Amino acid sequence: MKSSVIVFPGSNCDRDVGVALEKMQFKNQMIWHKETKLPKSDLIVVPGGFSYGDYLRSGAIAGKSLIIDEVIKAANDGCLVLGICNGFQILTETGLLKGTLLRNKNLKFVNKDVQIKVMNNETRFSNKYKKDQVLKINIAHNEGNFFTDSNHLEELDKDNLIAFKYCDEIGDINGTANPNGSIKNIAGIYNSKKNILGMMPHPERMVDNLISNTDGINLFSSLLN
Amino acid sequence: MKFSITVTLKKDVLDPQGKVVQNTLVNLGMNNLKNIRQGKYFEIEVEEKNQNSAEKYVDEMCKKLLVNLIIEDYKINII
Repeated sequence: MKSSVIVFPGSNCDRDVGVALEKMQFKNQMIWHKETKLPKSDLIVVPGGFSYGDYLRSGAIAGKSLIIDEVIKAANDGCLVLGICNGFQILTETGLLKGTLLRNKNLKFVNKDVQIKVMNNETRFSNKYKKDQVLKINIAHNEGNFFTDSNHLEELDKDNLIAFKYCDEIGDINGTANPNGSIKNIAGIYNSKKNILGMMPHPERMVDNLISNTDGINLFSSLLN
Repeated sequence: MKFSITVTLKKDVLDPQGKVVQNTLVNLGMNNLKNIRQGKYFEIEVEEKNQNSAEKYVDEMCKKLLVNLIIEDYKINII
């Protein structure tokens, strides 16, 4: 499976996700944002970081960069797209995913391991997980407070487009387990065709027991499935 | 022509920064303070003499990049 990781000035999780993809036997290429052509890819990853220093709004400037037109074209043709953290923010700025990420409710940058629950395990990104499985995944963000309008919220529920929700260790979804004020504890969502996933937690940081755990591995192995 | 653009969060969107600024001012004794919403401000100069088309041009800038219409409102003024 071929993957491309888009690199912006200020991306800082691009190499981490590159390492994770290669570990999982993806044939990966790093693509600089000024490129105007995207190599044929089965998966495009928009990585985490602080593209353009979060100027204007997180992801706003990267969302208008040259390579993004190609990402939008590929996504509309059905290519799998994964946006992690700043990548999620960028995907909402391009319009590929609806909604937006607001400043964390407590105004603090939150960097810690949190629990998230797999809400839908029947997608290209999640088929190796069990439904309602609780994963321990790292988050590190200042703007992760997902917000959207009531129509979109309804659509997310009705069409099973919520990928992950923040929960506690036993899988209970409640306010205390919500690290950023995100509406309905949402940690990640799909587009209507479910070929695009945006998520604030970092699965690429959870692929090796030596430094963390391996709860993120099944996201990548699901894609290979 | 020169324009000013004020971008503010929509009414229903929580503004935690505005709240913290408000609480701090109340702590400083500004007890008559009712509400604070924090926003962004841009000054934009365009090479266009016709006011209507200049305004349209600036409006396009707002919609294309400066404003996230899901959560923000904006006002354009001539300066």
